[in-house]
Amino acid sequence: MTRISLHVNGTAVERDVEPRTSLADFLRESCALTATHLGCEHGACGACTVLVDGMIARSCLKFAVMCEGREVVTLEGLADDALSDTIKQAFHESHALQCGFCTPGMLMAARDLLSRNPIPSEDQVRAALAGHICRCTGYSGIVHAIILASRRLIPVE
Amino acid sequence: MKPSPFDYARPASLDLALATMAEHADSASLIAGGQSLVPLLNLRMAPSELIVDISRLLELREIRDLGDRVFLGAGLTHAMFEDGVAPDPGNGLMRKTAENIAYRAIRCHGTIGGSVAMADPAADWPAVLLALGAVAILRSEGAERRVTMNDLLVGTYETSLHQGEIIVGFEIAKLPPTARTSYIKFNKKVGAFATSLAVAVHGETTRVVIAGAGSRARILRKTSEALATGADAIACIGGDLDEIMSEPDAYLRQLHVTTITRAIGEVLGA
Repeated sequence: MTRISLHVNGTAVERDVEPRTSLADFLRESCALTATHLGCEHGACGACTVLVDGMIARSCLKFAVMCEGREVVTLEGLADDALSDTIKQAFHESHALQCGFCTPGMLMAARDLLSRNPIPSEDQVRAALAGHICRCTGYSGIVHAIILASRRLIPVE
Repeated sequence: MKPSPFDYARPASLDLALATMAEHADSASLIAGGQSLVPLLNLRMAPSELIVDISRLLELREIRDLGDRVFLGAGLTHAMFEDGVAPDPGNGLMRKTAENIAYRAIRCHGTIGGSVAMADPAADWPAVLLALGAVAILRSEGAERRVTMNDLLVGTYETSLHQGEIIVGFEIAKLPPTARTSYIKFNKKVGAFATSLAVAVHGETTRVVIAGAGSRARILRKTSEALATGADAIACIGGDLDEIMSEPDAYLRQLHVTTITRAIGEVLGA
């Protein structure tokens, strides 16, 4: 076991981990933060997406031990985030989730896209979601929600 | 989907990392971004007893202006090129390449050196660095050598890196402003590896490269020569592909002809 200390959602966390423990398993099992979902565990589905030092990351493709000293933010950590609120509201109104398994990753990807590109085209939204798989195939609602959120974020003159 | 147990080391400097690799060359794997290695570890396809983390080594993130060339550290991420944090001696070619690699969550962590060391036959950076005439700087304990991309790439997931050797970075000549470049990727889904990737650089030096055909990215010799001398480059594509592809599938062959033709068209301004 290796002792690691890092910040998770702004709180200092110190734990013993096996080097092979993924950041995703660490968040779910050691930190009881279960908004981060594990689908494929090899970087294909996007459900486990989190922020590491502000950069979007797949937590199944990081070992927790590599995150020593980092700032990790999960969907729980964005509960008071205005941009996330706008996106969540738009998801709600656009029926952008069915079973909800992919939703945490979709929300993280949507927030990352809109923070870099506040007025994306539909093609850009679809490209940004290409690494996120919804097995309910509810993509139309998700794309619609992100475009709706984008419109609401544009200041009205 | 959990990796086998392994030990973990995070050496504080490149020299310490090289010493660790020299000591454990048979059983250790380097990890930088980990975006290719971790899936393989999770699938237990690349078992390793020791993972040596080089993701924080500042020596691998160096950017140096060498006058007519630029040194780019192997640990620079795709996103650094996408966001313009790292310079682009390819007049926009490297930025366009980075934007089209996998997904943003991968690009924020995956590195240019990791992509080359992985040597996927359809990967973006090996093809683009080959087209740019890059030279890789390799370090091992107490030694350094310079290898052209053509000599570094060997085959599918195979390079001429020695055991314990680390790619430190790449030296790339700055393209003159008049040089033209093209990057034409065909893939079945945004973010997937290319089914066919054609890269063309046309300036003082002209190189047309294909990836996804054969076991590694290759320069199309006759096509490049024809393009450089103003001859009919399109007419040379078939002959070059015949040398690269063994038993070519008709669909794939046509796909490569199409991406190469488009790349040539772009650099000619058609």
